[in-house]
Amino acid sequence: MQEPVVADTKTSNRELLDFVFAWPAWFFAVGGALNGLLVAAFVVVILMLMFGLQFLGYSHPVYWGFLIVNFVFWIGVSHAGIMVSAILRLTQAEWRRPVTRAAEVLTIFSLLTAVQFPLIHSGRPWRTMYWTFPYDWNRGAWPNPRSPLVWDPSAIFTYLTSTILFVYVALLPDLALARDRAPNPVSRAIYGVLAMGFRGTTRQWRIQTVAGLLLSAIILPIFVSVHSIVSWDFAVTSVPGWHNTIFAPYFVIGAVHSGVSAVVTVMIVMRYAFGLKRFITRDHIDSLARLLIVVATVWLFFFLLDFFFGLYGTEPAEVDTWQRRLVEPPWVVIAITFIICAYIIPVPMWMFRAIRRNFFWMFVTTILVNVGMWLERYMVVVPALERKSGLTFTYGDYAPSLSEFILVAASFALVILGFLTFSKLLPIMPAADIKEGQILADRIRVGRANVPAAMRE
Amino acid sequence: MSSSANEAAARASAVSEMGRTIPTDAEVPHSEGVRWGMVVDLDRCTGCQACVVACQAENNIALNEEQRVLERRAKTWIRIERYWEGEFPNAKARFIPVLCQHCGNAPCETVCPVWATYHNREGLNVQVYNRCIGTRFCANGCPYSVRYFNFWNPEWPEPMNNQLNPDVTVRTKGIIEKCTFCVQRINRAHVTAGTEGREIRPGEVQPACAQSCPTSALVFADLNNPESYPAQLAEAEADRSYTLLEHFGTDPGVIYLKKVDPHAEIHEDEHAHAGAHA
Repeated sequence: MQEPVVADTKTSNRELLDFVFAWPAWFFAVGGALNGLLVAAFVVVILMLMFGLQFLGYSHPVYWGFLIVNFVFWIGVSHAGIMVSAILRLTQAEWRRPVTRAAEVLTIFSLLTAVQFPLIHSGRPWRTMYWTFPYDWNRGAWPNPRSPLVWDPSAIFTYLTSTILFVYVALLPDLALARDRAPNPVSRAIYGVLAMGFRGTTRQWRIQTVAGLLLSAIILPIFVSVHSIVSWDFAVTSVPGWHNTIFAPYFVIGAVHSGVSAVVTVMIVMRYAFGLKRFITRDHIDSLARLLIVVATVWLFFFLLDFFFGLYGTEPAEVDTWQRRLVEPPWVVIAITFIICAYIIPVPMWMFRAIRRNFFWMFVTTILVNVGMWLERYMVVVPALERKSGLTFTYGDYAPSLSEFILVAASFALVILGFLTFSKLLPIMPAADIKEGQILADRIRVGRANVPAAMRE
Repeated sequence: MSSSANEAAARASAVSEMGRTIPTDAEVPHSEGVRWGMVVDLDRCTGCQACVVACQAENNIALNEEQRVLERRAKTWIRIERYWEGEFPNAKARFIPVLCQHCGNAPCETVCPVWATYHNREGLNVQVYNRCIGTRFCANGCPYSVRYFNFWNPEWPEPMNNQLNPDVTVRTKGIIEKCTFCVQRINRAHVTAGTEGREIRPGEVQPACAQSCPTSALVFADLNNPESYPAQLAEAEADRSYTLLEHFGTDPGVIYLKKVDPHAEIHEDEHAHAGAHA
């Protein structure tokens, strides 16, 4: 799909930067509500720090639950940014342009939210420094490189750093634009410092373009490694139901599924909230939905592989875990809800062009996908712990507590608030990128049809 | 073989010259080639729970009130698992005392990100409370589910605080704890033996559970020492011996003895549920 011409440079500049300099009332209302949720979560965290983890639903032997599920979920959503941005940039998909920045920013804030969860979930968060950093020189005790919990921070922080770099490089021309258009000297100075003297000389454009392309290519292996390593948190243990070699690709493709769906949701909200009807069009949502059909189907394939590996192995404990997941209440309800939400409803609907090009239905289906994918992580993590080994005496159930619901809700609030704050302070639409697309856009005749096309150097 | 107190002091001073203030595991008094272990004779176990109570008293384990048990947060470093065999009225209760198996190839040790749990030179799986940050990954990785998490700071109402064992740390909230084979008794025996210039004698050390067992179902010793009674017992009773959840390949230091009843009926589904190898 190629981009049609929608606006001249002047209109683009005005409309794309409009929200950065405007202060609509709903921004304060939504921000206030989200902050309220964050305050509630803050109280819960303080209580957990003071009185231990007794407020959570954990008990012997289910020591991981909602918070770890939520961690995996947000790491999954964070895979949207690079999937959409880097891969589509490298494959020169023209329709990526308005989508990229939002996807990358979603990556940053979902990663930042995700890393909170293992921290507050640990028993003594104030001592976690020597978990991530090798600092205990006096004792000669280092982090244990055999533990996936040491691989995790390395992968996640590498991903976070490179994503921030990636966003920043792409942001430079837009910061310069904001600097030139800032309404008052203070913001002008701030944008000026952030733009690092970007003036749009040929040399600067060349460096900026090459840096973006290089970073896209370098980030891709990191992108694959992050969720693989998160999956190894489970796969390297001997817990039946976790101990699967398929976990790494299964988690990565599941992450892309939920991440790209989240991007579609965000795009549709942005279209209405930020008044971007001219730039986020049915064509973009349509293209993302077609991408989603492929991703969702590959994900379903890996899910079924996970299931069949369990069955064909005929390891009693493994089969028991699958029975627990798919047949026994209450998990059967969760399993059915999850597969319906994540695949059975959305994918057949996306087969229809009318649905793919309908903002309302795309909003509903992509929300459903993420509800389903959250439940999928819940189904992967918890039932396996409830029926961990042959010692039936230790079997135990898990029920989340109110505190965990608050923390999970607050994680959504944190991501939305971060996204909103970013879009308020910095250009959320890649103005330079869009304008480039507009300049490259052309129309060619194919037979009798007159279709949009892109010029290339 | 055993390091004398002098040697240990010399090593400690050498280390402090290098700027390290805390002796490493190799510098702590220990005996080479020892593997502490236990033989549990299930045919002798009556399920009386004396070991559970003794362990509770010896190791300053927090009080397991009814509420704690109901929410499955009670801590029992050794627990008696009770399984029913057969249908009423021909039902039999079978008991298995399950404690930390001190695995030679422990799944909990590899997953701890901060080395809070590791294998010491005498075959013990050691938990360093100060180091533990409470990720609980070890508790998930342990197939025996013998690691317990402290959801709160333990409290002992007056006058129960007077019975706390001064040799054992009281664990704070947010960390994992588990059976240590009464490592404080082993360490004390090392000191005694060191000052008398001899080795620890077989039978000199006993954890609280083994000491309190009225039927001697639990016996503790160095499994590598062919002179020790449990090692001989395990060898003599090879046809009765097995280790728990053998298929996990954890190389447990606890050996169970159980005569297999040739007349017992094994139903396929029960077999799967009770753990194929248990």
